[in-house]
Amino acid sequence: MWSFILRRILLMVPTLFVVSVISFVIIEAPPGDFMDSYVNALLQEQEAVDPAEIASLRMRYGLDAPTYVRYFRWLGNIMQGNLGRSLEWNQPVSKLIADRLPWSLAISVASFFLAYAIAIPIGLYSATRQYSLGDYFFTLIGFVGLATPNFLLALLILWYYFVATGNVAVGLFSDEYLIAPWSFAKFIDLLKHLWLPALVVGTAGTAGLIRVMRANLLDELERPYVMVARSKGLSEGKLLVKYPFRIAMNPVASTIGWTLPTLVNGELLASLVLGLPTIAPLFVGALLSQDMFLAGSVVMILSTLTLVGTLLSDIVLAWLDPRIRGAI
Amino acid sequence: MTQAPLLLSVDNLATHFFSQEGILEAVDGVSFDIHAGEALGIAGESGCGKSVTAQSILRIVPKNGKIVMGEISLFQNGESVDLVQLDDRGQEIRQIRGGEIAMVFQEPMAAFSMVYTIGNQITEVIRLHQDCSQNEARERAIEMLGRVGMPKPEQTIDAYPFALSGGMRQRAMIAMALSCHPALLIADEPTTAVDVTIQAQVLELMKDLQRDMGMALIVITHDLAVISELCDRVMIMYLGKDVESAPADVIFRDPKHPYTVGLLRSVPELGEGHSQELDPITGSVPSPYRRPAGCPFHPRCPEFIPDVCDVHLPPQIELAGGHRVRCHLYVQD
Repeated sequence: MWSFILRRILLMVPTLFVVSVISFVIIEAPPGDFMDSYVNALLQEQEAVDPAEIASLRMRYGLDAPTYVRYFRWLGNIMQGNLGRSLEWNQPVSKLIADRLPWSLAISVASFFLAYAIAIPIGLYSATRQYSLGDYFFTLIGFVGLATPNFLLALLILWYYFVATGNVAVGLFSDEYLIAPWSFAKFIDLLKHLWLPALVVGTAGTAGLIRVMRANLLDELERPYVMVARSKGLSEGKLLVKYPFRIAMNPVASTIGWTLPTLVNGELLASLVLGLPTIAPLFVGALLSQDMFLAGSVVMILSTLTLVGTLLSDIVLAWLDPRIRGAI
Repeated sequence: MTQAPLLLSVDNLATHFFSQEGILEAVDGVSFDIHAGEALGIAGESGCGKSVTAQSILRIVPKNGKIVMGEISLFQNGESVDLVQLDDRGQEIRQIRGGEIAMVFQEPMAAFSMVYTIGNQITEVIRLHQDCSQNEARERAIEMLGRVGMPKPEQTIDAYPFALSGGMRQRAMIAMALSCHPALLIADEPTTAVDVTIQAQVLELMKDLQRDMGMALIVITHDLAVISELCDRVMIMYLGKDVESAPADVIFRDPKHPYTVGLLRSVPELGEGHSQELDPITGSVPSPYRRPAGCPFHPRCPEFIPDVCDVHLPPQIELAGGHRVRCHLYVQD
């Protein structure tokens, strides 16, 4: 098992390399470089531009070096945690991302657990009582959940929440905690606000997971080993959890890896509607204004997190199914 | 010779499957008895209801299936229980499954879960039925694996089923079924999924174990050679009906039902140099959803009597020597 995890981690290295190349290509994609934007900015303010000074600045920042040199220099900076500067925000990219990534992660993780906590028991119920009234009910709810756009759900919940309580459920903190230092009360306040985006972002995923869980389990319940387990005198409940459930969890566990990027997609509209300080709106803004250091870094970080997610799901899979442990 | 006590008596059992295509009468009026230590073979073509008969006894018929008629009486310690009346999820039937009656399944690859070691799956059944610690259960499982001829049982017990060969998996399956010393072992096509060379070993093993442990055995097979090897009595099934049953030596020497006669003729004989034309039964098994009226075999029967066989279901006729046959040819009036 440990050698499996080690092999998996080693395999991440080449993948990360490829990811970094792609991120760098994104940063380099627009014509011109930062100095061109700088010159433009100076020209707009009608200041004199000395070509010699620009050239020396170029040399100072290494912008005249060949692409591969700049790539490795950029990579070296990233290793030291320096992601470059956002042109639009005029702030270090690392600070911008560090301000927002935790909230994205918090929403992701919360919606992930919410989705699993709702979907797995319902999937179990639906599969073991196929075509029962309860199964039809959850199937209907599931399809409605799949078909409802996130932002619409967000708007609806905002509206009903406002009608019911008179409060606007926007943001991640109440006003009094917004700039307060971390405390237990602030954490509780966060949890009070987190459920809404988690629910909004996780709905479609939850509905999908219910379908996957139900279908997998229905397949597994037909397998001969279930009949064998029954013939040994195991009770239905123990049998279900020990044998088919464990196998049915397999495809569900393999989706852990791409939960995060999907959530960043799903999160965007919900974040805009709910006014959340997350990565998704920042990323879209960076793409619109060609703020390439920021955009490239977001791609790099999201890809890295996806790889970590994939590693996690591989480990869970290997734990669930010993046949996987032997594979690379 | 004194008759051993009656262990299991199946009387007029019918198990039907209900689906959108209609009602499938998988087992439709089957009766047989098994005495302690006796070996009964149930033979017939695929789809004749052999396996469903076995599943009915253990009450593990798949979910669209239902026992619609009949009794299955199990006799233990002078008392009898009708298994049909038990709740199929209840405590009583679960103590019988794996404990009193155990089953060996045909596909050892699919019958074991691939995500637990065979040791885990064998000790599970031991701990369900015997009051013992995890370590004792493990000891017993190792002992049982050794008894079925598993090489290096102390190590093999921790192997996952996918790491074993087909023959070893089937041995592990048999060890699992026998681990609680059942009074009756049902083997559903125990040798179908293993190589021919292994088949003989598995049969030999089952014969030895049955003799040593004094248990009764039901062997379900389409292979008459398996029956001649293992069984005292034979029941031949066709389309859910028990068409003939007799002591094994009688049925091979003197088959009565035209279906049994055809079945025996269609078995190739090996050796002695003479090449022999096979004599298959004409036609094919009709769809179980459209069972012929009267005797289910009449459309394929060489001895077909018009206006009798296609109209009336033949009664079960008792011949001398415990020989029973369901055929109009033997009706005396």
